[in-house]
Amino acid sequence: MSWLTPTMQDLLLEAFWETLIMVGAAAAIAVALGLPIALLLHVTDRDGLSPRAWINKPIGLTVNAARSTPFIILMVAIIPFTRLVAGTSIGTGAAVVPLALAATAFLARLFENALREVDKGVIEAARAMGATRLQIVLKVLVPEALPGIIAATTVALVSLVGFSAMAGAIGGGGLGDLGIRFGYQRFMPEVMATVVILLIVFVQGLQSLGDWLVRRVSHR
Amino acid sequence: MTAIVLTGLRKRFAAGGTVALDDVSLEVRAGEIFGIVGRSGAGKSTLIRTVNLLERPDAGSISVLGQDMLALDDAGLRAARRGIGMVFQHFNLHSRRTVAQNVAFPLEVAGLSSAERRARVDEILPLVGLEGKRDAYPAQLSGGQKQRVGIARALASRPGILLCDEATSALDPETTQEILALIRGLRSRLDLTVLLITHEMGVVKAICDRVAVMEAGRIIEQGRVFDVFTRPEQATTRHFVSEVVGHSVPEATLARLPEPGPGEVRQLAQVIFAGPNSTRAVVSEASRDFGIDINIVSGRIDEIAGEPFGVMALAAYGPEEKVRASLAWMRRLGLTVQELPA
Repeated sequence: MSWLTPTMQDLLLEAFWETLIMVGAAAAIAVALGLPIALLLHVTDRDGLSPRAWINKPIGLTVNAARSTPFIILMVAIIPFTRLVAGTSIGTGAAVVPLALAATAFLARLFENALREVDKGVIEAARAMGATRLQIVLKVLVPEALPGIIAATTVALVSLVGFSAMAGAIGGGGLGDLGIRFGYQRFMPEVMATVVILLIVFVQGLQSLGDWLVRRVSHR
Repeated sequence: MTAIVLTGLRKRFAAGGTVALDDVSLEVRAGEIFGIVGRSGAGKSTLIRTVNLLERPDAGSISVLGQDMLALDDAGLRAARRGIGMVFQHFNLHSRRTVAQNVAFPLEVAGLSSAERRARVDEILPLVGLEGKRDAYPAQLSGGQKQRVGIARALASRPGILLCDEATSALDPETTQEILALIRGLRSRLDLTVLLITHEMGVVKAICDRVAVMEAGRIIEQGRVFDVFTRPEQATTRHFVSEVVGHSVPEATLARLPEPGPGEVRQLAQVIFAGPNSTRAVVSEASRDFGIDINIVSGRIDEIAGEPFGVMALAAYGPEEKVRASLAWMRRLGLTVQELPA
């Protein structure tokens, strides 16, 4: 274990912390933005509660455009925007911006699917009971879709861990970046292996937490 | 007094598509249980959904408890819907709400305080026999229990009208009878008017006062359940009635019936005995007066809404004109005679 010097320990700890920040912050932003977008897409859909093609189509197109741009390109392409939002275009904070953007588009679609899974009959029953559209969204649609929303968030978190490795390209740091710089560029396979094992454990933890939460909130 | 008046309803899905409602008019009297029976695709589901405007008709008018439903704005419609309970085939319960929370949903939507909601839920759960299940989730309930929750929820905001959209179609026969008995009991207890749709004539027979038969978007026959059962006029109605009354003669029985002699015919017929002449010795009178032989193939006594009636399958043997005259005579007595293919 001669490679695991105190300096390396600090580096690993710091990189893990950076990954945590990038994934956590991006996911929090993506959930906060993705859910309203998904609701808007769902409600304005052709057979939604309030069909509006002129809202649905442009938003759907934007979401698809963001999703089809490879993350590494997206990251570079939005540097001016990143600078505007984060004040800088390099570092962990700056990396959160493209990560959040990519995850928002990803989650908007996943959330939309979760909303689509909600039993149409329950919504119809709510209409028959005189519920307003807002009541249907807040008291039926979102609560009934919650297990799906949590499952989708788990998937997005795991994807974000992978995306965050690319954030090294703009100096975002994190475990993936550490693995590339030390494990690959400095020929330290032990570091690479450690990084990979840490990531595997981290992702497993996220997935188990997500699965447990889904089980807790669903009563099927 | 009429509770629901539907007049000249028309509805077509998609331009040039199928006609779901084709000039349908219907009156449901206050306090009655009115059944609409029809095969799938006959338009009955669309019809019941126009009553609370889950489906908007292309033309026609809808009046519920004196209220012109089509004249209402959004807020008015929501208020009117709270006065119309609805029960669904697949229950449509919230999977993540407990029984009590499901029943409280319409009250929550109406803006009642949590104390008021709790009081009403405590009041209504015993009515449907679910007082012990208030904290259970729908997934933990049987089909019958789920529908009891559906009924409790539909009645939570004290509606005057209950719409049942195939409410028992997903239930087994025994549970169906329990739910029907519950609906019938609640109708008298809560002064409800019930409009239900079903594809099962057994449901109509069990609880309805009046019935309408739908086919291809039209009402082809309607009247008191007893009359429709004992004197069905349309082929479709007869078919539905036969599901419950059972007129077809089993193949094996048919094969064992003697062949007619030379110069004779064999005519099978179903005779429904109802009305003032139902107690006459029709078979022996016909046999004596027309000089024919009558073989009773099957027969039973049934009861609809407390009124008994008899159903008999006969095989009449004799010269063709005599057999025909005897059946005509039975019809003149007011019996329902349907000739069956031999």
